[in-house]
Amino acid sequence: MSGMSGTALAGARERRVSTGGIELCVVELGDPERPTVLLVHGYPDSKEVWSEVAEQLAARFHVVLYDVRGHGRSSAPVPLRGGFTLEKLTDDFLAVADAVSPDRPVHLVGHDWGSVQGWEFATVARTEGRIASFTSMSGPSLDHFGHWIKKRMTRPTPRRAAQLLNQGAKSWYVGMLHTPVLPELAWRGPLGKRWPRILARLEEVPAGSAYPTASLPSDAAHGAWLYRDNVRPRLRRPRADAYAHVPVQLITPTGDAFLSERLYDELERWAPELVRRTLPAKHWIPRTRPDQVAAWISEFVTTREEPTAKAPQQKAPGKYADRFSGQLVLVTGAASGIGRATAFAFAEAGARVVAVDRDGEGAARTAEMARLVGAADAWGECVDVSDEQAMEKLAAKVAAEYGIVDVLVNNAGIGLSGPFLETSSEDWKKVLDVNLWGVVHGCRIFGKQMAERGQGGHIVNTASAAAYLPSRTLPAYSTSKAAVLMLSECLRAELASKSIGVSAICPGIVNTNITATSRFAGVDAAEEKRRQERSSRLYGLRNFPPEKVADAILLAVVKNRAVVPVTPESKGALWMSRFMPNTLRRIARLEPRL
Amino acid sequence: MAGDTDTGERAAHGSARLSAELRGFREVQRLAYECAETVAAQLRPGVTEREAARMQREWLRERGVRDWFHLPFAWFGDRTAFTGFRIPLQFFPTNRKLEPGMPFILDMAPVYRGYAADIGYSGSLGLNPVQDRLMSDLRPHRALILEQVRERRPLREIYENVERLMTRQGYANRHRAYPFGVIAHKIDRVKERRWSPTAFGFGTQSLKGLASDALHGHREGWSPLWSPYHFSDHPPQPGLWAVEPHLGFRGTGAKFEEILVVTDSRDPEESAFWLDDDLPHVRRWTEEKAA
Repeated sequence: MSGMSGTALAGARERRVSTGGIELCVVELGDPERPTVLLVHGYPDSKEVWSEVAEQLAARFHVVLYDVRGHGRSSAPVPLRGGFTLEKLTDDFLAVADAVSPDRPVHLVGHDWGSVQGWEFATVARTEGRIASFTSMSGPSLDHFGHWIKKRMTRPTPRRAAQLLNQGAKSWYVGMLHTPVLPELAWRGPLGKRWPRILARLEEVPAGSAYPTASLPSDAAHGAWLYRDNVRPRLRRPRADAYAHVPVQLITPTGDAFLSERLYDELERWAPELVRRTLPAKHWIPRTRPDQVAAWISEFVTTREEPTAKAPQQKAPGKYADRFSGQLVLVTGAASGIGRATAFAFAEAGARVVAVDRDGEGAARTAEMARLVGAADAWGECVDVSDEQAMEKLAAKVAAEYGIVDVLVNNAGIGLSGPFLETSSEDWKKVLDVNLWGVVHGCRIFGKQMAERGQGGHIVNTASAAAYLPSRTLPAYSTSKAAVLMLSECLRAELASKSIGVSAICPGIVNTNITATSRFAGVDAAEEKRRQERSSRLYGLRNFPPEKVADAILLAVVKNRAVVPVTPESKGALWMSRFMPNTLRRIARLEPRL
Repeated sequence: MAGDTDTGERAAHGSARLSAELRGFREVQRLAYECAETVAAQLRPGVTEREAARMQREWLRERGVRDWFHLPFAWFGDRTAFTGFRIPLQFFPTNRKLEPGMPFILDMAPVYRGYAADIGYSGSLGLNPVQDRLMSDLRPHRALILEQVRERRPLREIYENVERLMTRQGYANRHRAYPFGVIAHKIDRVKERRWSPTAFGFGTQSLKGLASDALHGHREGWSPLWSPYHFSDHPPQPGLWAVEPHLGFRGTGAKFEEILVVTDSRDPEESAFWLDDDLPHVRRWTEEKAA
C-alpha cells in the first residue's frame, strides 16, 4: 500500500489488486475498522465520479473505490472482446472485497454500469456472505431488464407497449455502442473532447477540475465492451434465478434520460428486501446530488449494521416516504392549521422537520407529535416570520445544526377582513408584514442557501383562492396573497435553472383557526369577536380538513406543480378567473352577511 | 322511565333509595368496562371487528344483559379515527383483521336490570405510541368538560371549547363523525320487556326514551343530544349524559365514554360529577401522574 494519490480523492490510500491478469487501482478512505462501503462507478466514468460522495461517507465508514477494468488507472484485458463479461467483473469485485475487507461483508454501492454489475454481484450465488447490502442507482439488472422486455413483448397491452417504446427511445445509444470502431473513434476524437461541456449542459453536472478525468476517452472506448459483451446475451437469455440475496436500496432519479422509472415496477419480486428512494434529478446523481446520495447510503448502511437502530422505512409508512425520507423540511406557521398538518404529513414520510411559529409552545408541540408519527427528527422554533433579523438568525442556526433545507414551506399567514376604506394603514402593514414579507424573507434567506448548495430543493408558498378571487370583504388579504402567487411564479422561473421548484398552493375555505384570529376592520371589538366566532362556525360547517391541503402540498412538491388550487371552490374560482372573469367581478360586489 | 329532574334531585339530596339508582347505573357501567377489558385481553392478531363485537355481546349476555342502548361496536386500525366515514352504516363492525400494533376501540351500551350505560374503551394490540399519547391527552378533556358543565355554560359552547383544545393539541375532533356530531347524549333507565328488539343497532326501548326526551326538550328548549348545533345552545340539562370525546390523529383514534351526572344542585361539586372515577382510563392517568 502506498500513500500516494493521483486522484481528486484527498487523503486516499491507493493500492493495486491483481486478478486474472488485470491490475486494478483501488483506493481507500476512512477508518478500516468501520464497516466497508464499496463504490463502483459506471460508464463512461472512473472512480472519481464518487469523489464528493466518498468524502462525505469517509467520516463514518471505510470507503473503498476502484477503477473497473479498462477504466481509469486499472489495466485493460487483452483482447478487449470477451474481457468485460459480468462473470469476469464479478471476479474483480471479489478480489477487491477480499483485499480490503477479508473478514466482513461489504456494503456495495453502484451507479450506472456499476449498478448493473452490482445487481449481478448481489444475485449470483458465489458472492453470498460477501455483501451486506446493495444500493443501486440508475442501473438495472440486465436479467431483470430482459424479463421486463419479454413480458412486454409477449403480451403487449397498450400500456406495456408504450412503456417498451419509451424505454426503447431512451436506449438509443446502446445500439450505437454496438457498432464496431465508430464509438472508439468518436470518444477518442471530438466526443471525448466535448463530453465535459455536454455533461454540464444536458446533465447539469457541475463543471469541476477533477471530473471527468483525463482518462475519459480511453475509459469510454474500453467501456463500450461492457455493452458488447453483456447486453445482447443477457437480454436474449436472462437468468431465471436473479434474486437478490441482500437488502437492496434503489435510488431512482426521476429525470433520468436513459432509464425509465417503469423499469423498476415489480422489482420487489426480485429483491424481497427492497427500500425505494426517489430523487428529482438527472442521471449523474453522485455528481449533482452528493449530499442526498451520501445521506441515504449512510442511513441504509447504518440500519443494516445496527439492526437495533430504528428502521426508517418501517417507522415512516407514509405516502412519498421514498421521496422525503431524511430530507430537511422547514414549515412556517406550523403551530396550527395547514402548517401543522403539513409538518405531520412530511413527518409521516420520514422527513426531518423544523416547525416554525411565533407560538413557540405550539411549534414545540408540532415537533413532538411529528416525531411520534415517523419524523426522522423534529424541532420547534419560535420565530416571527415578519422579523427579518430573526429569520436570518433562524437560517444560520438551521444551516449550522440541521443542514440545508430541502423543502421550505412558507405557510404562515394571518387574516384581515373588512372594506378597503375602513382598513387602516396599520392593518395593512400587519397583514403585509406576515403574509408577504414573511414569504419574501423565507424565500430570500433559505432560497439563497438552497441555490448556493446547488443540489436542488423545493419552495412551497401558501397563497390562497383569494389571490385570484376578487371580493369586497378581503381586499388586503387578497392583495397579499395575490402578491405571494406572483412572487412564486417569478421565483419559479428564476430558480428553475438551479433545479429548485416553486409551488403556490391556493386553498379555499379550510377549517383552521385563521378565522378565530382574523382581524375584522371597521367594527368594534365585540362585533369583531362575534364575526370571528361566526366565521369559525361557518368554516367548521364547511369542514374541509387542513390534512387534505397538506397532502396537496406534498403532491405539489413531488410533481413540481406551479399553482395548486385546493378545495372545489378554489378550483372553480381559478377556472372562472380564466374563462368568465366578469361573472367573478359581479359576484365580488355582493356583500356576504356574517 | 324516570324523570330527568328527578334524577337530579335524587343525586343532590342523596337519599338512600335514590342514590341506589345511581348505583344501578354505576354497576352496569362497571360491568361494561369489565367486559371491554376482558375482551381486549382476548384480542389476537387476525381477530375481526365482527368477532370482537360478538365477543362483547356474548360476554354481556352471559351476565344477564338482555337489552341494549346500542349493540357493541368494534373499530380497528384507521377505523378508530373514522377515516373515510361518510354514512352511519360504516360504524358497524367489518371483517377488518387486527394486526400487531394496531389501535382498536370497543364501544358498547348494555342495559342491565333496567339501567343503561354507554362506554368506550381504547387500546392497541401491543405497543402503539400514538394512541398511547392520545389517551394521555384525553385527560384534560375530562377535566374541562366537568369544569365547564359545573359553570353551567351552554353545551354548544363547551363543545366548541373541547374542540378548540383538541385543535391546540394537534388533533381532529372525531366525535363530529357520530350522528349529529354529538360529543354526548342523554342516557336513562329503560323499561325491561320480554322482547327487546333493536333497529340499526339501537335498542328500540332506548330509542323511544331518546325520542321522548327530544320531544320534551324541543318544547322546553333543550336537546338530549349534545352537538355543535343551535339546538344544543342551552345550559346542561340535569340527568345522565354519556360523554364521549373522541380524538383523531392521522389514522389513529382514541376515546373514552362514561356517564356524567348533572343535577340542579346549587353546590358546584354536587351540580355535576363523573358517575365513577374508578375506570381504566382514569386509573391509567393516576398511574401516569404517580410515575
